[in-house]
Amino acid sequence: MRRFSWFNATSLTFGFVFLYLPMLLLVIYSFNSSKLVTVWAGFSTKWYGELLQNEAFLDAAWVTLRVAVISSTIATVLGTMAAYVLVRSGRFLGRTLFSGMIYAPLVMPDVITGLSLLLLFIGIGLDRGVLTIVLAHTTFAMCYVSVVVSSRLVSFDKSLEEAALDLGCTPMQSFRLVTLPIIAPAVISGWLLAFTLSLDDLVIASFTAGPSSTTLPIKIFSAVRLGVSPEINALSTIMIGIVTIGVISASLITKRSMVRQQLEEQEAIRT
Amino acid sequence: MTQTVFAPWEDPGEKPLIQFKNVTKRFGSFTAIDNLTQDIYEREFFALLGPSGCGKTTMMRMLAGFEEVTEGQILLAGQDMARVPPNERAVNMMFQSYALFPHLSVWENIAFGLKRKKMPKSELDARVDEMLRLTRLERFARRKPHQISGGQRQRVALARSLARAPKLLLLDEPLGALDKKLRQDTQFELMDIQEKTGTTFVIVTHDQEESMTVASRVAVMDEGQIIQVATPDKIYEEPASLYVADFIGDVNIIEGIATKSGEDGYKINWSEGKEPFQAKTPRTLSEGQKAYIAIRPEKIAVSQDKPDSALNSIKGKIVDIAYLGNMSTYHVEIPGGLTIKAQTANTRRLSRRSFTWEDEVWLSWTLTAGSVLER
Ligand SMILES: Nc1ncnc2c1ncn2[C@@H]1O[C@H](COP(=O)(O)OP(=O)(O)OP(=O)(O)O)[C@@H](O)[C@H]1O
Ligand SMILES: [Mg+2]
Repeated sequence: MRRFSWFNATSLTFGFVFLYLPMLLLVIYSFNSSKLVTVWAGFSTKWYGELLQNEAFLDAAWVTLRVAVISSTIATVLGTMAAYVLVRSGRFLGRTLFSGMIYAPLVMPDVITGLSLLLLFIGIGLDRGVLTIVLAHTTFAMCYVSVVVSSRLVSFDKSLEEAALDLGCTPMQSFRLVTLPIIAPAVISGWLLAFTLSLDDLVIASFTAGPSSTTLPIKIFSAVRLGVSPEINALSTIMIGIVTIGVISASLITKRSMVRQQLEEQEAIRT
Repeated sequence: MTQTVFAPWEDPGEKPLIQFKNVTKRFGSFTAIDNLTQDIYEREFFALLGPSGCGKTTMMRMLAGFEEVTEGQILLAGQDMARVPPNERAVNMMFQSYALFPHLSVWENIAFGLKRKKMPKSELDARVDEMLRLTRLERFARRKPHQISGGQRQRVALARSLARAPKLLLLDEPLGALDKKLRQDTQFELMDIQEKTGTTFVIVTHDQEESMTVASRVAVMDEGQIIQVATPDKIYEEPASLYVADFIGDVNIIEGIATKSGEDGYKINWSEGKEPFQAKTPRTLSEGQKAYIAIRPEKIAVSQDKPDSALNSIKGKIVDIAYLGNMSTYHVEIPGGLTIKAQTANTRRLSRRSFTWEDEVWLSWTLTAGSVLER
């Protein structure tokens, strides 16, 4: 930026303060030695220690992690498949409808997604627990994955797959040996996105969780209603850390290798 | 001559390897291939020539199985190909866009097709090395496609399609990005490979010299149709139409009215009050019909004085000289405003060239030098 005007500087600062000050406060107070959340009494990591003793929180963390890993993995497989079919299979009846329907859950309010899933699970008599949360998270994360992957697939040169077929690959082999390695960065960042989404989802999880399967966001939310404790701050700080790492690596992977790969691909084709 | 000429298309008992039977290919309402019927025989080196967008790549893609035929049939060794997927055809294609796998090294790109064949490792290694040697890519084996030059990429694409030693090899402009020397070497390598393996080649080229060098037959295409198929020399010497004559090499075209003269000759009255040109042709023209003489520049002699023997001669003025190293092309304006190109070999040094701009010279050619065409 050549002319960094006073106005620009202010609006940027204001924007970022607005975004990150609350989180920064939370992180700072997680290292507060006082039990009172709003009074600073010196640096300490004791709340992190106490967190490790708290069975309920650890259980919730374990549930959350399992749900996130399983659902994001399934969502990645399904989302990639959906994206591939939608981008590749030319025109078929109702294609526009299908691709529209894939993206619809992105803009659907979580409350509605959660409620409808709850009704479904009750309807088919599925007991609410880890399984139902996994199913619910898979459903909505899949859309995100398919958006990320299909944006990569659109710029993917189809003649590479034809070359693979020409050299004796079955369509399946051609996908595994040529398409997948090339779109891998998009698939990985789709997975990371799905993972972080699942990690911090509160609304859908509270609709679909059972008594024995509380996730961290649910736990935190209910704990906070009884008053904010430094323990919660510590826990939230850890979650912020994980999510930040997830998002940063997702965007790094996307940016770096996708740009590089696209460059390679373009060069491998005649200019 | 004891050597038998390779001409399976003249033998009615010969079974063609590829048969296009009334093939039409449409993209939406656009007709890319228009009711095309053509046989291609085993061990042929069949060259497709034609302007951009005439359907050469589309023909290849139908052979390779990437494009469905809208109407008609394509037979490969007598078998209808309609339901056979690309990976089950004994056909390999070198893509016009190369389509190299960006995530694999040059070596792995070439090995890709061989790995699908479940070849023993040692045999596979040997085959890849052979291909690398053939295309002179040994030094680049470990590089990725984006780390090599355009010409090198083209050679990788060629090596990759050659590696599987298919029965039918489709090459879509295989040598366009190579320099002249390397191109000629590769052309001879291709012919050599064909001698050894008996592979049938269908090759697209924009380089008419290349098609002359390598092809057993040349097909000149236009707008989804094959206009003429013949051996390279026949295409060059006896083009079937103005389009073909004009497309292959340089040509002078003189338009006129034909009148019969002698056994198989015609007089072409090309300008009122001028001596008509004479030409022999196997064609029969009707009296007074419009006809064209197509004469290659190298068939026209340039001389200071009027030659005694030649039946066709005309005086003109040199308006331009193009020096091509071993040849010079004179652009000579003849009465009536027509400019005729005549080419002579440069046996003398440039400074002692006998003709120069504005010189009056005589052009002459024989009765059989030009072809008489109706359209
Ligand atoms: N998938 C497609 N959809 C619509 N039109 C197409 C498609 N593929 C090719 N065409 C059209 O068919 C015609 C023939 O294309 P083709 O690629 O066979 O040309 P070509 O002879 O190989 O030309 P070039 O020498 O430029 O490679 C062109 O006019 C092209 O625009
Ligand atoms: Mg083409």
